[in-house]
Amino acid sequence: MRIVAPLVATAFLLLIAKRPGRAAGAAADPPGAECLACHGDKTMTTTRAGKTVSLYVDGKKFSGSVHAGFGCTGCHADLQGKDLPHDAPLKPVDCGTCHSTEKEQHARSLHGKAIAHGDPLAPRCVNCHGNHDIVPVKDPRSAVAALKVPFVCGGCHREGTPVSRNRLIPQANILENYSESIHGEALLKKGLAVAPNCATCHTPHLILPHTDPASSINRKNIAATCTKCHSQIETVHQKIIRGELWEKQANVLPACVDCHQPHKIRNVFYSQGMANADCMHCHADEKLLRARDGKSMYVSVGEVSHSRHNKIACSQCHSEVNASRVRPCETISRGVDCTSCHDEIGKQYTASIHGQLNGKNDPNAPTCKECHGTHGILGKQDPQSSTFAVNVPGLCARCHREGQKAAVRYTGLQHEIIGNYTESIHGTLLKNGLTVTATCTSCHTAHQILPRSDPASSVNANNVPDTCGKCHHGIEEQFENSIHAKRVSGYSKPLPVCNDCHTAHSIHRTDENSFRLNVMATCGRCHEKITETYFDTYHGKVSKLGYTKAAKCYDCHGAHDVLAVTDPRSHLSRANVAATCGKCHAGANRRFAGYLTHATHHDPSKYPFLFYTFWGMTALLLVTFVVGGAHTLLWLPRAFQMRRELRAAEAKFAAELEKPADKKEDTNA
Amino acid sequence: MANSAVAKRQFVRFSRLQRILHICMIVSFMSLALTGLTLKFSYTKWAAVLSHLLGGFENAGYIHRTAAVVMFGVFVTHLVDLYKLKKREHGTWRALLLGPGSMTMNRRDLTEFVGTLKWFVGRGPRPAYGRWTYWEKFDYFAVFWGIAVIGSTGLTLWFPVFFTRFLPGWLLNVTTIIHSDEALLATGFIFTVHFFNTHLRPEKFPMDITVFTGRMPLEELERDKPREYEELVASGKLEEKMEEAYQPIVTQTIRAFAWAALAVGFSIVLWIIYAMLFAYR
Repeated sequence: MRIVAPLVATAFLLLIAKRPGRAAGAAADPPGAECLACHGDKTMTTTRAGKTVSLYVDGKKFSGSVHAGFGCTGCHADLQGKDLPHDAPLKPVDCGTCHSTEKEQHARSLHGKAIAHGDPLAPRCVNCHGNHDIVPVKDPRSAVAALKVPFVCGGCHREGTPVSRNRLIPQANILENYSESIHGEALLKKGLAVAPNCATCHTPHLILPHTDPASSINRKNIAATCTKCHSQIETVHQKIIRGELWEKQANVLPACVDCHQPHKIRNVFYSQGMANADCMHCHADEKLLRARDGKSMYVSVGEVSHSRHNKIACSQCHSEVNASRVRPCETISRGVDCTSCHDEIGKQYTASIHGQLNGKNDPNAPTCKECHGTHGILGKQDPQSSTFAVNVPGLCARCHREGQKAAVRYTGLQHEIIGNYTESIHGTLLKNGLTVTATCTSCHTAHQILPRSDPASSVNANNVPDTCGKCHHGIEEQFENSIHAKRVSGYSKPLPVCNDCHTAHSIHRTDENSFRLNVMATCGRCHEKITETYFDTYHGKVSKLGYTKAAKCYDCHGAHDVLAVTDPRSHLSRANVAATCGKCHAGANRRFAGYLTHATHHDPSKYPFLFYTFWGMTALLLVTFVVGGAHTLLWLPRAFQMRRELRAAEAKFAAELEKPADKKEDTNA
Repeated sequence: MANSAVAKRQFVRFSRLQRILHICMIVSFMSLALTGLTLKFSYTKWAAVLSHLLGGFENAGYIHRTAAVVMFGVFVTHLVDLYKLKKREHGTWRALLLGPGSMTMNRRDLTEFVGTLKWFVGRGPRPAYGRWTYWEKFDYFAVFWGIAVIGSTGLTLWFPVFFTRFLPGWLLNVTTIIHSDEALLATGFIFTVHFFNTHLRPEKFPMDITVFTGRMPLEELERDKPREYEELVASGKLEEKMEEAYQPIVTQTIRAFAWAALAVGFSIVLWIIYAMLFAYR
């Protein structure tokens, strides 16, 4: 409001000022005709302070000016009622007679104060607005028309001018930077008259240094100044800045200009606030300890300067410092709040299980710094960063490895998470340096980590296909059209998602033997009966023996595009089944596909011919064995009798013979 | 008999070719049984271990099919041998099939069977068996039956694409059952009844190696096959069927092989019994 009020006032005054102009237009006598009798002469001059000054007044311009209706004496008040030609010199014109607000603002402004100090470089009304040819500011001919303002100001505030050389102005190349900024480009190159010029931010008359709390460009007021045009900017900044704090607690947030440099607004970072050197005055000391608990308060300059935040000043994170104190940090009442800048991520974290635990002051809950570090923080693209893809599993392992604090309190079914992941295909690829493979955060997200029971969790059963589909998009598309997708089957019971078949952490390549041999048990968890009968037929039997080439469930039914066999698109539909068999059995025809891959001989109603064949064969076996067995058993007593007789005869014979061994050998044979 | 020179000469019961065929059949049959049963009882731990020992299922499959080819070879060679025998000794198929010494069942076999049962129960003497007893003939034709049934069904499983050009696919499920159960019958019968009948009878225990050496002591022939012995003595052809016995090293080698075959056979029987009783599904 501080800025808007004078503007409204100015506009109002301009409106009033027009009235006498119109009245004058109605009068026949051209304004100031008497004065122009002399001042209409272009050669009329006078000498002031040794300089020749023209006293010519362009009557045409004056009659076209906004002040024409007032005549000469309207401004040159000391001529009122004087005889002409008048005595020279006249008093300086006081615009404030009519423009009292502007006069008052100008007097308070940097420019006004400089005049009061007698600064010869300080601008007065006439330096910006001109004199006899003043037209409304909206008129393109005006000296202070929007498009001309940068040059009016730039007349002094550009490189090489006495002002820029002799006065302490913290910004350099102001006009040049402005003309290349997005604002300058819009105004000067594209003619967008509403684009901000100097006066838009600095105000036309109440120009104050940024250190002045009343200044439109003071840190506290910057947001209000910018939001005059960029209203609702907080809504587009919410990923980076907690926008609403601009109004509530502007001091904890970076001001617009912290990120968007004044005069060269191009998303360029710009460090401001308290100088880091002031902090390092104490914190560079390696022995610096906190009085409260003896914690080291040493900050390594090298660490900070290599970090991602090396352009951010200490005081931007450690807000609440007060530069006017001897120890500026003594006003700090709380730790660093990363969410001041990383607002969206902060919200995600707060909702996550880590954030929830932190909210309950759980000592095990990780905060930002547990994962990201502090002064040495690096971006996730930096291979040295703890959040670089290759380092993520190790980072999470600090708590989630078996025996560590997170693993200890975990009650779910996933164990040896880190070990299993490392052995998995994702872990193997990561070990080989493929940074785009899935790490912990790829599935669990970095900041929105939630237990899988939470419907909002990225690993909740309903969201798993989407999560995996981020990388395995083609697979997800197939899956979403398969019978396993709720949308397709309309089945109310829980349906399998990626991890039900592939597991969560120990995911292996599907062409590995272990996967191929275990998949029947996997499918069999739900498809119990059909899996049992699969093992009654050839494919199942040889699979049981560890033969990986024999057809497994998905070789026939499809893996992700599995559909009911009654669906014409199914691999096993009438039209497709022969081709499916043909993948292994070259030349397979429709009749070949009539082989019953899930048949059992125990079901007389479904497979009568198998049932009766089996029992026919069983009967044959039983009869044969019973007859053969009985014959043998009946024989045994006689056979033993024969053996005894034989041995007796042998013994008798041996007694008669000198060399019984020879004989015995033969009879045994 | 007391003469040691005579004692070393033995009666020749099997020709060299017959003995070779029997050994080939043992090797191929054991191979078929081992590899086939791993598949039949794939759900037992036994099968998985055995399959692994055989070099994995795929290898087991190659062994099975190679052994099947050997078995077919044995079968065909025997038929050719029969044809030559017919030309050499009988002249006509009729003479071969119905003449003395034929393998075909005849009325005397029925009589001997009844006589045997009577002998078993102590109601008569041991029949005077001839060259082939009825149980030997049964074993012989069981092989014919087995090769026909197991062999033909095996071929449909070996070449399913070819057979389903003119047979329905579900018939493969039927032939699987027949192949598998008939093989179970064959292994079960061979490794129990056949082993007992011809090798393990107490009076011949631990084994009768006649089928490997082709020779048997004359007194054994006299005791075991009295009618054949008498016929040979009567016709005076006995002497031309006598040959020198093998050296002990040969018989020892044969015994080692036979022991191995017995061990495999009995292990298979035990495994089958275990699988049928405790793991059947």
